[in-house]
Amino acid sequence: MAQLQFRDAIRDALREEMERDQRVFIMGEEVAEYDGAYKATQGLLDQFGPGRVIDTPISELGFSGIAVGAAMNGLRPVVEFMTFNFAVLAADQILNHATKVRYMSGGQIQCPVVFRGPNASAGQLGATHSVSYDSMYAQFPGLKVIYTSEPGDAKGLLKAAIRDDNPVLFMESEQMYGLKGEVSDEEDFIIEIGKAKVKRQGTDVTLVGHGKMFHVAMKAAELLEKEGISAEVIDPRTVKPLDTKTIIESIKKTNRCVIVDENHPFGGFAAEVGYIIQREAFDYLDAPVIRVTIPDVPAPFAKNLFEAWLPNPENVVHAVKQVTYK
Amino acid sequence: MSGKKELTFAPTGREPEFDSLIHKSTELPEATKKTHKQLKLSNEQLLAFFEEMYLQRRFEERSAQMYQKGKFGGFLHLYIGQEAISTGTAAAFHPDDDIITGYRDHGWGLVRGISPRAGMAELYGKHAGCSKGKGGSMHFVNAERHFWGGYGIVGGHIPIAGGLALANKYKNTGNISACFFGDGAVDQGALHETMNMAQLWKLPVIFVVENNGYSMGTAVRRHTVNEIVDRAKGFGMKSALINGMDVFSVYEQMKKIADEVRETSEPCFVEIRTYRYRGHSMSDPQNYRTKDELEEYKNIDPIERLKTYILDKKIAKDEQLKEIMAKVDEEVLEAVSFAEEAPQPPLSELYDHVFAENDYPFHT
Repeated sequence: MAQLQFRDAIRDALREEMERDQRVFIMGEEVAEYDGAYKATQGLLDQFGPGRVIDTPISELGFSGIAVGAAMNGLRPVVEFMTFNFAVLAADQILNHATKVRYMSGGQIQCPVVFRGPNASAGQLGATHSVSYDSMYAQFPGLKVIYTSEPGDAKGLLKAAIRDDNPVLFMESEQMYGLKGEVSDEEDFIIEIGKAKVKRQGTDVTLVGHGKMFHVAMKAAELLEKEGISAEVIDPRTVKPLDTKTIIESIKKTNRCVIVDENHPFGGFAAEVGYIIQREAFDYLDAPVIRVTIPDVPAPFAKNLFEAWLPNPENVVHAVKQVTYK
Repeated sequence: MSGKKELTFAPTGREPEFDSLIHKSTELPEATKKTHKQLKLSNEQLLAFFEEMYLQRRFEERSAQMYQKGKFGGFLHLYIGQEAISTGTAAAFHPDDDIITGYRDHGWGLVRGISPRAGMAELYGKHAGCSKGKGGSMHFVNAERHFWGGYGIVGGHIPIAGGLALANKYKNTGNISACFFGDGAVDQGALHETMNMAQLWKLPVIFVVENNGYSMGTAVRRHTVNEIVDRAKGFGMKSALINGMDVFSVYEQMKKIADEVRETSEPCFVEIRTYRYRGHSMSDPQNYRTKDELEEYKNIDPIERLKTYILDKKIAKDEQLKEIMAKVDEEVLEAVSFAEEAPQPPLSELYDHVFAENDYPFHT
């Protein structure tokens, strides 16, 4: 096992897939000559040249559509968004075209494109740079949504995403690029899309958290341990398709659940997981499922307001005490 | 407030200069003076043009009839009046050159190998339709023949055309891509973003505005500034203005443009002026234009024009053309019966073609 930063894991996945398959290429803002806004594509221009690492203008709608067309015509584009907050400008291409072209052509056209980049908040960046979009995209059929939390998962899942014959959104976080973690040395290390992972065993409560919130859940689990509460932590890794089985199995063991989610509460990831739990494990629950999410307001700038806005481990501990009646 | 001018934003259609005149931006450029021989078109090719154009016309006239009888639902946007563009372009292009268009797509599908049966069955939402009944009128597709389809979001397919071209350049296929859209799509940001990248990246793509005078019910003058063709100037892009009511003009210029785009891998922006005889869709009362204007264009109908040429040059006799028309009439009627009797898609198809794999765990 190698200890790698998140950005290195991303870059290794891109490099390996580009070496393996000539059809894979990268496009996005600052990906080539600038070496990547967050250095995830550093060195790839030198290795693969400007024909396969393409700097784009700030035209999210246009270059996303170009990627969709290139994917339809036999290539495997990997589009980097500087953040998924900017991808809103490209939503027509992602939601109306990439996800639907196979269906509305009766299966004649496929669109194997990957859209990747950081998702959700990254400190005091204000309202337009802080939104988590995984729940919104997961609402739509025809695409897969991955929001990873650790370098090892990122590498294995990004490689799987690039090989997938469907459109895939692959989400990261500005605040995780420097995070170190173990990455398998295995040659051609692939993680299957749609598989959650139990990352901490526990008996009293199940915490479900993905992306940056996985780390909040893990910190909460440590705090809870000091108070004698044993928390199991599940990282879904893939938002869509969602591995409900792994979550349900855990609930059947712990009988309690808190979902930690950086989406807004209405119709979000936490709401969906909560629904699935009541449907599949109603008789096993000893308490209502509780969610810890960002509130139903935009991200504020002021430090104190922002800190109150973003879920933290203490919020999770508080929620766990509610479901364990402590 | 009396005596002050009424507050307006969009130019209104009520001013006298908007009544029953063909305005500057829709004025037809001159048609080519070349004969078919000078264009190296054989007599057989001319008859094939005639047949293709007449097929598109009859197919849509019957579609409209069946739609009005309530035989199928959805939207129905007719291409009637614009057939010279699809026909001339398809003949000017290589068979592997990519074509992609908006939702007014029936004519394009027919010139790129969708049979009247498969087209009509698609309108009817039948399993034998060109898109298996999943697309409908706006989503005719024949990917095998490089017809990438009709798309329902105005301008949404424009960047996709850029991507088709990028892939051709990347794979060095020698194919070009052409994107057709109406004058309404000219106002979408997607066009401008894609034109910028196409010129910057030297993509072998042709952007073609089929300026039929109306963005739904809004005349060109009322929805966009200046001459459409001049949009190319800001991007340093080559451009052309073509008379879309004359199949020879379309063929001649599109061939030249296609050759040049193939040769140089530089994009081109083309405005083809034409006229949409019918409303935007079947539910359009067409209060925004006069009968005189419509009649004026019907007098320069592209099919009539070619017919006159064929007869004047004694390329075929009237009876021969009547035979072709009778054959097409029969073929379209047969397509209607076929579509009526064809089975609907099986319910099991609801979940097909969403994902590449057959075992995707759909969320419930």
